[in-house]
Amino acid sequence: MAKQIFEGIKVIDFTWAATGPQVSRELAEHGATVIRVESHKRLCPLRTYPPFRDGIPGVDRSAFFTKNNTNKYSISLDLTHPKSREVTRRLIQWTDIIGESMTPGSMARLGLDYESCSKINPKIVYFSTCQQGQYGPHRDFGGYGYHVNAVAGLSACTGWADGEPTMVFPAYSDFIAPWYVLIALAGALLRRRETGEGMYIEQSQFEAGLTFVAPHILDFVVNGHKLTRNGNRDRYMCPHGIYPCIGQDRWVAITVADDYQWHQLCEMMGNPPWTFEQRFDGILNRKQNEEDLDQKIGEWTRDFTAEQVMTMLQEAGVPAGVVETAEDLFNDPQLKFRQQFRKLDHPVIGPHTCQAPAYTLSETPCEIARPAPCLGEHNEYIYRDILGFSDDEIADFIVEGVITTEADAPTKV
Amino acid sequence: MKDSKTLLGGCRVLDLTDVKGHLCGKVLGDYGADVIKIEPSGGDTARNIGPFYQNVADPEKSLSWFSSNTSKRGITLNIETPAGKDLFLRLVKSADIVVESFPPGYLDNLGLSYSDLRAVKSDIIMTSITPFGQEGPYAHYQATDLVGVSMGGLARLLGDLGRPPVRMSCDPQAYMHAGLHGAVGSMMAYYHREMTGEGQHVDVSMQAAVLLAIQHAPELWELMKVNVVGTGQFFISVRPQPHGLLSSRMIMPCEDGYVACTFGGGASMGQVVSSKALVDWANEEGMALELKDYDFTQWDGATITQEEQDHIYGTVGEFLKTKTKAELYEEAVKRSIMLAPCNNIEDITKNVQLEARDFWEQVEHPELGETITYPGAPVKMAQTPWRIGCRAPLIGEHNQEIYVDELRLTMEEVGILQANGVI
Repeated sequence: MAKQIFEGIKVIDFTWAATGPQVSRELAEHGATVIRVESHKRLCPLRTYPPFRDGIPGVDRSAFFTKNNTNKYSISLDLTHPKSREVTRRLIQWTDIIGESMTPGSMARLGLDYESCSKINPKIVYFSTCQQGQYGPHRDFGGYGYHVNAVAGLSACTGWADGEPTMVFPAYSDFIAPWYVLIALAGALLRRRETGEGMYIEQSQFEAGLTFVAPHILDFVVNGHKLTRNGNRDRYMCPHGIYPCIGQDRWVAITVADDYQWHQLCEMMGNPPWTFEQRFDGILNRKQNEEDLDQKIGEWTRDFTAEQVMTMLQEAGVPAGVVETAEDLFNDPQLKFRQQFRKLDHPVIGPHTCQAPAYTLSETPCEIARPAPCLGEHNEYIYRDILGFSDDEIADFIVEGVITTEADAPTKV
Repeated sequence: MKDSKTLLGGCRVLDLTDVKGHLCGKVLGDYGADVIKIEPSGGDTARNIGPFYQNVADPEKSLSWFSSNTSKRGITLNIETPAGKDLFLRLVKSADIVVESFPPGYLDNLGLSYSDLRAVKSDIIMTSITPFGQEGPYAHYQATDLVGVSMGGLARLLGDLGRPPVRMSCDPQAYMHAGLHGAVGSMMAYYHREMTGEGQHVDVSMQAAVLLAIQHAPELWELMKVNVVGTGQFFISVRPQPHGLLSSRMIMPCEDGYVACTFGGGASMGQVVSSKALVDWANEEGMALELKDYDFTQWDGATITQEEQDHIYGTVGEFLKTKTKAELYEEAVKRSIMLAPCNNIEDITKNVQLEARDFWEQVEHPELGETITYPGAPVKMAQTPWRIGCRAPLIGEHNQEIYVDELRLTMEEVGILQANGVI
């Protein structure tokens, strides 16, 4: 087996929802030992969200949870129990990295904030990530991903000029923020190697997400221009849009960047008479008559499948692509070639897939070997073999409720 | 020479990317790396992409160039010429990472493949960012941002019910994901190199980067055979018969725009508290009185009828119309109401939370005679702060520093190279 980048690196994972877990997941996929510290009394929200295997809710049945937590171990621990300190002390001494994504102040109340943990282990690298940051007037704002999408401007700028703001399905910042933390963690580990010092990394997911709209922020700051919804229009490229194809709700994206690509597109369409009209001759004319142009192109694409249009146009040197549904992604030949979807077998969910990182590494490929853990699945292994508690001590923990069990879970997930 | 004030002070990056990969070098540079942007003679064609400073289309005034190329020095170089290739390989000797986004095979044909670079510097890391990856059935396909978000599965999820899929109008996004994942892959390889001395080739797919941004859409297909589509202002829940679909309007009009508002209850204490708090506030102003005694703990998303849902949403919606985004957000924070404004860009720049956290960075542009406000740190670290090291480079701005001061060419040689289209 090829060497793994983070082999020997240890992570205590207090994170939940999406951002934090993706950070520790990618560390785990590159060989780190990641222990999720969970509680039956306070479930990670994703364990309670669909899709569930067979539509039946259950703490170990959610694929929304599994996608963010492959390769990790899980122990159950009631962090509010006074005796949990005996466990967390050993975890903190053992680990290199601690991650959390609780609402601000929670970890401090539990005595598990960076200051407290670094007193036990001064070398730890500790990251905190939450929606709006650890401090500030809105730090306690509690909402879902779509609230952050709204605050971050994404709802207002997605949709049509003659429409209203729209819900954006993914909690978008959740898929930008983790990567900045991951880069900082790797850098912090290298720095620790040189200096012996740990580090605290603090993040607002809202702030991280804004890095992706930077050009438009500058446009307002400098020019006073406020971005508005403009469908699939582009500043410069024309035609540029999403067009209907044969089948139920099937679409293809076509973008033309220059006159060469325009001529190639016309060729593929069979050079119909309308393409010779004055009003489509040259980029300025095409831009001016964009709406009609889109309609004409849509009349052509309607007779083909999205795959046919993509293949034809790509072969002619015109960027075009199927607007892929989730189903399409599973069948996409390029994603299959890259082994983007990896197969895993989960004790409760059964066979399922998860997604690999967007980059491959030639010498140290990632290893997605284990499915996401069931809650507390590794109690015996971790408490006994890693943390060194005796069987009697572990039995006491269970009796006293330090180690939570299914009996502590809410009746309705 | 290591700069201990930043995280990546000891790392040199040669950045050959086009617009699909610009963010990669910026991310590494803002964390402290010494990033040298290598542009073709005359400058990167992305400099012609707006928006522009004061709306003047000028390759030294592109705001999208400014925002994606901070913390980089800039040189011009034509690597297709023998002399240019030679200079590039000399720079590789001092580099840790080379980032590029050429079509697969282009650098191989120039004799600048990963194995060619490794012959010059055995532990070099090469990060290649392409629309679909170095190999495979689509490796030779071209992609713009719209094609990237379409083939990565994001466009399908966005937009209004019954209308075509859309991309976000704050373009580009696919390029941003590609660049950021390129930075992650580069950093993974750099960490490994520092620990073991071994470099490697990092192969980044823009399509895969977008795929990683679509949350649980793949899982909804895999387990429930549901393909998520854009639902506009609504949240649609699919419920077992006989209850059918439940459509809840989440994006609600207010006095000066729209807000995203959660309104329900049941098992979620947060939602119960939120809904009650919103009704209480409305009641204080003599509105939504019919909901005064509504028991939100009894609200059940699984069984409520569409009529009742529309009725309670409509009632609170009337109250929302009487308040501005700012008023609603301020009270939401105070009263723990799960409501957020659908901010536009201007609202974002006035956001009090960002202000309180010193989020905004002031970047000097001496040649424009002013300072421009940029988005700031994606993470905060006390000991090695993130910072914008410098504004994006002008065309060939650091040719002197690199070619003369560092590589020890003479001014005459630089002149010859320039006249011959090598620099």
